[in-house]
Amino acid sequence: MIDTVKNAEATPDQEQPYKELGLKDDEYARIKEILKRRPTDAELAMYSVMWSEHCSYKSSKVHLKYFGDTTTDEMRGKMLAGIGENAGVVDVGDGWAVTFKVESHNHPSYVEPYQGAATGVGGIVRDILAMGARPLAVMDPLRFGRPDAEDTKRVLPGIVAGVGGYGNCLGLPNIGGEVVFDESYQGNPLVNALCVGAMRVEDLHLAHASGTGNKVILYGARTGLDGIGGVSVLASETFDDTAGKRKKLPSVQVGDPFTEKVLIECSLELFEKGLVAGIQDLGGAGLSCATSELASAGDSGMHVRLDRVPLRATGMTPAEILSSESQERMCAVVEPANVEAFMEVCAKWDVIATEIGEVTEGDRLVITYHDEVVVDVPPRTVAHEGPVYHRPIQRPADQDELQANTPDSLPRPGRDELLALVKTMAASPNLASKKWVTQQYDRYVRGGTVLAQPSDSGMIRIDEETGRGVALSTDCNGRYTLLDPYEGAKLALAEAYRNVAATGATPVAVTNCLNFGSPEDPAVMWQFEQAVKGLADGCAELGIPVTGGNVSFYNQTGSTAILPTPVVGVLGVIDDVRRRIPTGIGAEAGETLLLLGETHDEFGGSEWAHHVHGHLGGRPPKVDLAREKLLGEILVAGSRDGMVSAAHDLSEGGLAQALVETCLIGEVGARVFPEGDLFTSLFSESAGRVLVAVPRTEEQRFTDMCTARRLPWRKIGVVDPESNALEVQGLGELPLDELREAWEGTLPALFD
Amino acid sequence: MRVGVITFPGSLDDVDAQRAVRYADGEAVPLWHGDHDLKGVDAVVVPGGFSYGDYLRCGAIARFAPVMQEVIEAANKGMPVLGICNGFQILAEAHLLPGALTRNHKLHFVCRDQWLAVENNTTAWTTRYDRNAEILVPLKSGEGGYQADEDTLKELEDNGRVVFRYVGDNPNGSRNNIAGITNARGNVVGLMPHPEHAIDALTGPTDDGLGMFLSLLDTVVKA
Repeated sequence: MIDTVKNAEATPDQEQPYKELGLKDDEYARIKEILKRRPTDAELAMYSVMWSEHCSYKSSKVHLKYFGDTTTDEMRGKMLAGIGENAGVVDVGDGWAVTFKVESHNHPSYVEPYQGAATGVGGIVRDILAMGARPLAVMDPLRFGRPDAEDTKRVLPGIVAGVGGYGNCLGLPNIGGEVVFDESYQGNPLVNALCVGAMRVEDLHLAHASGTGNKVILYGARTGLDGIGGVSVLASETFDDTAGKRKKLPSVQVGDPFTEKVLIECSLELFEKGLVAGIQDLGGAGLSCATSELASAGDSGMHVRLDRVPLRATGMTPAEILSSESQERMCAVVEPANVEAFMEVCAKWDVIATEIGEVTEGDRLVITYHDEVVVDVPPRTVAHEGPVYHRPIQRPADQDELQANTPDSLPRPGRDELLALVKTMAASPNLASKKWVTQQYDRYVRGGTVLAQPSDSGMIRIDEETGRGVALSTDCNGRYTLLDPYEGAKLALAEAYRNVAATGATPVAVTNCLNFGSPEDPAVMWQFEQAVKGLADGCAELGIPVTGGNVSFYNQTGSTAILPTPVVGVLGVIDDVRRRIPTGIGAEAGETLLLLGETHDEFGGSEWAHHVHGHLGGRPPKVDLAREKLLGEILVAGSRDGMVSAAHDLSEGGLAQALVETCLIGEVGARVFPEGDLFTSLFSESAGRVLVAVPRTEEQRFTDMCTARRLPWRKIGVVDPESNALEVQGLGELPLDELREAWEGTLPALFD
Repeated sequence: MRVGVITFPGSLDDVDAQRAVRYADGEAVPLWHGDHDLKGVDAVVVPGGFSYGDYLRCGAIARFAPVMQEVIEAANKGMPVLGICNGFQILAEAHLLPGALTRNHKLHFVCRDQWLAVENNTTAWTTRYDRNAEILVPLKSGEGGYQADEDTLKELEDNGRVVFRYVGDNPNGSRNNIAGITNARGNVVGLMPHPEHAIDALTGPTDDGLGMFLSLLDTVVKA
């Protein structure tokens, strides 16, 4: 029997499995208080999933407020939509608006790597689509356990194939991301997915709008039993006898990228023809989320008829229909006069579209099933007024010990070992070429890709006439963040900012995906709080706003949390992509290599300490955001005036790794003459540094500009097209063939 | 020059093919899979992507699309037709070209910049190249392994119908390193790599692919 509102009123004392659905006693009590009766099964399903950590941000909300508090009006200047929307939107000039966001799909990807990763891509793409934008490109920051662990051989190839399988078939270029290995991600890989899209500024009005009498149309794939997750507890209660025989489909959703591609084209045609008054994608929490969000975005109520939802399974209960996370679905609000035209566009694309309800007077979300009311709630209480927790925060007891355990006492290589170390480091899994991964991703589709991996940033052309485009980079070093979450988050921001500037683009906005352990652990909450503060303060210092983000908690195995991993994505704008700065050297004859910034003895959390000594302790490198800003301005000026022919940011692995990569990517040799202590000079990970190549004719002009603006610089070498080797003066030379074998051989050896 | 570019549900590189036609000073005419209409075009490009999701076998459903019946008829009368990647798979399924494309031998999708040797510069799509010229264009496919029986391979090799051959290591296990072929008449060409992604060094590895669309211009002007 279906649990109706009437039934709930008649049976106030019926036991309900709210605990199994993840609700606490007081949360369940609050639902009863809101409804002034016990919830129906369907209502319980809605509240439990919408009040989950994933959907309600109940542990993070009080901290995330800090992003808003630290964003000044000036920073907001170019922001057209910010936190709270499906994705942030930024005005990038020439009448274009760009929207971008990162989201996590960590847990599903561990359970079922291929589908977990695939649907992670699908979900973020629909978020961008729901802003009214055409999705343009994706990026995937990924983190795995030990590269040689047996389980990594299951998880990594599956996740990579899933990202590629979905994105390639969907037709979006994959332009960057990260692949990082650390033991802490062994039982909890991180799969973050970023999507960027663009639209004309005047077209950004789709997210809101209501109006009594408007129709609610569900379109896209049918609704099935995949991705029902915890709500299956209700199903087994309702269908006691048949529970064993029926359903039990995987709780990880199954993606269909073809349907998503068609959904994108269909939606864009609907937007273009002005047939959509409001739109919401269906992602986590499915219809529960979409209907309650749409209803609370407007100023009226909504009536939804669940029996009209096209299903792909028989006998689904209202709770299941509401909770299903079947992919590739969208929900639109359409004016009655436009319904016919809306249906015609959907028919053209062979997309199933069904009128499932309408906007009503009043302020209730009423959901019926064969004319019986199964949900009758104030929608804001579902979507926005979930519980808010002030979780206990405690700086970990061993944080001092961790910081005191500096890398200073680690044995350092002798002078005669340095050259070999350059090669060893280049072949280490974290620094090695990620070509094995990225060559499974289409980076060319749609013809707008100007830069993609292994460049510092991905770059996409938005306007073919003017050449306007955007650059994007995502970064985070979880080891730095463990040692100092506040500074570590700033370092992640600094690196992403620097990567964008290194391609000649001006950084304008920030998004994030905050991956942490359990919020119930006070030490994790301390890391989280510190990282949020660091990131927000950093953004304020750089003058660019956080436009959106995502929080993923409970990333841990047993009681061991992952390294705190606040992945930071920075968006930059470039007025003409033809002046982009490439990463590889050798594009022009006779280039000088300059190192911008200062190098200090900084090895805390470094790749050298990790790879050579398995050591993690001390303090991360110092971060100076004013310096990063200056560096960015110099790079953009260098690009604008054609003074810089290549640039590569220095990060993990230091100068040595930057040299190796810039030579191998450019397929040309170089002679360098580092100064001071050679080990520090080659392997320190001091922030705020970029290796640039300038044509000899521009050297004077460029270095004069650096000097005038007080940016430390040093000439450290020359590009040598004849040599086919990286020569470090006083140490010897490394043939490029040998370096390439080291750099490119690691991942195939592990995963082929 | 009016060049039709077909869009099936799931076509992905249709916008790229249209752009390539424009770069060669042609007019790109969108053709819809469900129409029995070629809109009077001079030539047709069947673009890359995953038509209808390619869940059955690549190109197996697209060959039955209404527009393909028109393409088959026109091709048999001599209209220049180019199939790129999924388009090649569709032309093979439609029996406009012999052989079949199978899963890459290493089972992974491969996206890389690929050197090709142009072995036949007399087709409708390759006259602008020198014979044996080497060009660098993107290859991006999961099912690009060219397979045909011995007789077919002999027929192709003996009659110069191998238009493009992979240079260097074979990326997908194709027989005889075959990247692209033509029909006996030379008006229909299919290849797995993507010349339409190599029309501008800004967004592709080179502009080597533009030659195919410029060749078509010559062919159409002569006709």
